[in-house]
Amino acid sequence: MTLQEIVAELNLMCLTNPCDFSAIEVKSGYASDLLSCVMAGARHHGVWITLQSHSNVVAVAALLELSAVIITEGARPSQDAIDKANEERVNLFLTDKSTFWVVGKLWEMGVRDS
Amino acid sequence: MIPPLIVRTALERGINLLAITDHNASANVEAVSKAARGSALTVLPGMEVQTREEIHMLCLFDTLEQLSAWQQQVDKHLPKMENNPGLFGEQFVVDETGEFIRRETQLLLASTRMTLEEAAAWVDALGGLAIPAHIDRKAFSLIANLGLVPEGAPFAALEITRHTTPAQVRRQFPQIGDWPLVQSGDAHRLDEITGPLVLTMEAPTVAELRLALRNCAGRSAWLRQDVISDEYQEGSFPFSPFQQGESKR
Repeated sequence: MTLQEIVAELNLMCLTNPCDFSAIEVKSGYASDLLSCVMAGARHHGVWITLQSHSNVVAVAALLELSAVIITEGARPSQDAIDKANEERVNLFLTDKSTFWVVGKLWEMGVRDS
Repeated sequence: MIPPLIVRTALERGINLLAITDHNASANVEAVSKAARGSALTVLPGMEVQTREEIHMLCLFDTLEQLSAWQQQVDKHLPKMENNPGLFGEQFVVDETGEFIRRETQLLLASTRMTLEEAAAWVDALGGLAIPAHIDRKAFSLIANLGLVPEGAPFAALEITRHTTPAQVRRQFPQIGDWPLVQSGDAHRLDEITGPLVLTMEAPTVAELRLALRNCAGRSAWLRQDVISDEYQEGSFPFSPFQQGESKR
């Protein structure tokens, strides 16, 4: 599953400078709003779904080299966080949908490794 | 945990500086201050605010006026919900003798809509100290919720629970770097009141405390390990801020 397909299917808003999402393969996902759990539990290169929008989300995503972070329930991060994400080349997406909905969709699409 | 008993217990345990930090609330601070009048105990007005990221942060001030200004800011950012005493316990406001004054109807256990940095900046601007609370806990903690200490936040120190040691916390969470650590009783009941933090200061004020926490200008802070008890279990956090008269040192 490419990030491009996910962005299109879930109608995600890209908050950072877009790159070639069709070249990014996504196999695994992780959902949590506790960043300590994400640091311990998320797989490298996976996608992370959270409603946490603090700038530390960017730091953790960069640390784990995640393919994308999907921030749910319209919890828009600050411009500083978005700038930091661009610097760190972290792909940040926003949706008004809930974490439950996003995870359900990803599962349906075949992203099932966790 | 009524004000005269808090004061008596603190004094019995050799404590002469105590902060009252109820959850998103400050209505009981004045009563404890009054109960401590004429005694050797200084009461710092404070609060444990819950930020948007569900992080608990201690806010310490010198005066009730500063605390009142901070409370107004917190109230503006709390969701307007009524407490359900059946679910969350009573939220009593009492006087200095412990007599019932009123019930707080606003639900206090919720998160405010302020971010951690916004809240810390407000407290700092009011002349107070912002100290993220019990960072070694698995919930409501800076490290659990945000993983790292955000750069440039105006914290005076980080607080650890009485169930660990500074050395252990620094090993467990190397990401805290060289942030000063304070340890508190986080007392929700009388028997939990404990005073591990030993401060050398000119006066019991926030400005002096700020210096002591950095061990500068001849002030100092160190932690006694011999007064720490270990009877608490993760998950025993009482929901109601006032149910047992939450206060901490």
